[in-house]
Amino acid sequence: MEPATTSSFNTERLLEQADQGTSLWKDAWLRMRKNRMAVFSVVVLLVISLTSVFGPFFLTYSYEETNLDRVAQAPSADHWLGTDKLGRDQLSRILYGGRVSLMVGLVATAVSLTIGVLYGTIAGFVGGKLDALMMRIVDIIYALPFTIFVILLMVIAQDAGTAVENWLLQSFGWKTDVASKWNLILLFGAIGAVEWLTMARIVRGQVLSLRKMEFIEACISLGLSRKRIIFRHLIPNVLGPIVVYTTLTIPAVMLLEAFLSFLGLGIQPPRSSWGLLIKEGSEMMEEAPWLLLYPGLLFSLTLFSLNFLGDGLRDALDPKTSKD
Amino acid sequence: MALLEVNNLTTNFHTRNGVVRAVNDVSFSVNRGETLGIVGESGSGKSVTCYSLMRLIPQPPGRIESGSAIFDGTDLLSCSERTLRGIRGKRVAMIFQDPMTSLNPYLRIEDQLIEPLLIHEKTNRADAVKRAIRGLEEVGIQDAKNRIRSYPHEFSGGMRQRVMIAMAMITKPDLLIADEPTTALDVTVQAQILELIKKEQKANGTAVIFISHDLGVVAGFCDRVNVMYAGRIVETAGTREVYYHPQHPYNRALQKSRPTGDMKGNELYTIPGLPPDLSRPIEGCAFAPRCEFAADVCRSQPAHLKVIQSGHFSACTRIQNKEITL
Repeated sequence: MEPATTSSFNTERLLEQADQGTSLWKDAWLRMRKNRMAVFSVVVLLVISLTSVFGPFFLTYSYEETNLDRVAQAPSADHWLGTDKLGRDQLSRILYGGRVSLMVGLVATAVSLTIGVLYGTIAGFVGGKLDALMMRIVDIIYALPFTIFVILLMVIAQDAGTAVENWLLQSFGWKTDVASKWNLILLFGAIGAVEWLTMARIVRGQVLSLRKMEFIEACISLGLSRKRIIFRHLIPNVLGPIVVYTTLTIPAVMLLEAFLSFLGLGIQPPRSSWGLLIKEGSEMMEEAPWLLLYPGLLFSLTLFSLNFLGDGLRDALDPKTSKD
Repeated sequence: MALLEVNNLTTNFHTRNGVVRAVNDVSFSVNRGETLGIVGESGSGKSVTCYSLMRLIPQPPGRIESGSAIFDGTDLLSCSERTLRGIRGKRVAMIFQDPMTSLNPYLRIEDQLIEPLLIHEKTNRADAVKRAIRGLEEVGIQDAKNRIRSYPHEFSGGMRQRVMIAMAMITKPDLLIADEPTTALDVTVQAQILELIKKEQKANGTAVIFISHDLGVVAGFCDRVNVMYAGRIVETAGTREVYYHPQHPYNRALQKSRPTGDMKGNELYTIPGLPPDLSRPIEGCAFAPRCEFAADVCRSQPAHLKVIQSGHFSACTRIQNKEITL
């Protein structure tokens, strides 16, 4: 008898331990490990991010150091990826640009994801007048011309930044440069504030059709609160479309950043971003093709990886695809 | 004192084509441990009645216009959302028609089964899982310890309905509302599921409201039966009475429409005509246009449920006036 009880006790303990680790994401990860392309993409993305973050510390040339004696040089032992039209080291600019681009991609997407998913889920789930009101607001923002909207946001926030700076200086005597850092944060905010609209629409549509499903009725009949239904039952069910749309949003956001920087609203030289580098490179495509080639390659590689990762995640998140 | 007392429940749907009177002045009661059947054809208001009790009617377009449903002293129709949440899933549970769609495809069976326990009884996870495993074993799922970690799509329809029953019964509710729980299942599984509900009911002393359009199933399963037609209850009585001594022409017509062995070779009886359009006001008895006994009084005067003999109520004016016998 004795050994039997201990062994059943052990299995129970094992079960409990297994329980604690069980979650949608853990299951998804177990499933995604089997998808080679997705895992490879994760590795590629990790390598690109890590080199962008830590790479610049090991470089001889800084991204802003100009050298007019070495303008638009081809790749050499000294400048591995050549120099741009002001003689700045291209490798250093690409890595630094990677920081900015990846950050914009991640932060702006996260902003749009959070707002969009919550907004869409609430609108779709509550329905009725609230839904109508919320979606009309989305329509109105949608209807605003994007550039004007962003310029407006930027101007307002620039003033606010200066105001904060002055206030800090006067009341605490702190000298800060809020306004200049503000620019970058603003860029994230502005892009996120525009990108969430589509996400909200997609999620609302999905939730509207899910809401009619019997399992949501079953949840209500079991006495679950709205909050619990939204976070535990609705959102996991819309993760598939969300993930796919997110992987499309990240590149879109990076391109938007390039566009805004081109207008003089986003990243300003001597800072760099991939969008900016590609734009500059395309202007000198015939004389110095490497200026376009390398940032373009890196950008494409990142976008490809994101797409494969998105596909893999979508499949992994759906329990029906598992074959174990 | 009955466990649940429904008085004058009226639920309307305000659609673009007018007001659909889905449930009209329905009153009934359920005692502790009792099984009440609600039968009627599609659109007769069986499900809407029960959805109204749980306030599961989508509002808008639906609206509970009037009435009360006193469950153990609390009016389910007028109590606060918070009070209702405490009753739903804890004291009143529900099983749905289609087991294929009534479980969340993204969560393991385990996570869904323990949810009522986590919410209503503040059980810790390990205990809840243990109880869930026991619950699954009770509904006859073998190897429950491992199967509990499956996803719904790995289960068959019958097994999913078993899971739904386990989920509904895990908090030992006082009332179980079963909305056509066997309609989507094949016949052998149907019998098992009915057996199972019966067993769970006995073990916990749960009262059951059993909605079905399958007269045979109701006959074998329920203590009392409400027959509904066009949003109203037309007859209420003990099961035997309803089947052997119908006191409403609609009920009699229903009984006649059942295929039975001893009428082999004869054409199966069907009720002529169609159920009325509930978005138009009905004068008189809703069944009058299809009724073989209908007289002028039926078409002009609304019919109300009245006692015919002890425990047997009928809404047929002519039977109440003893003008006809069935």
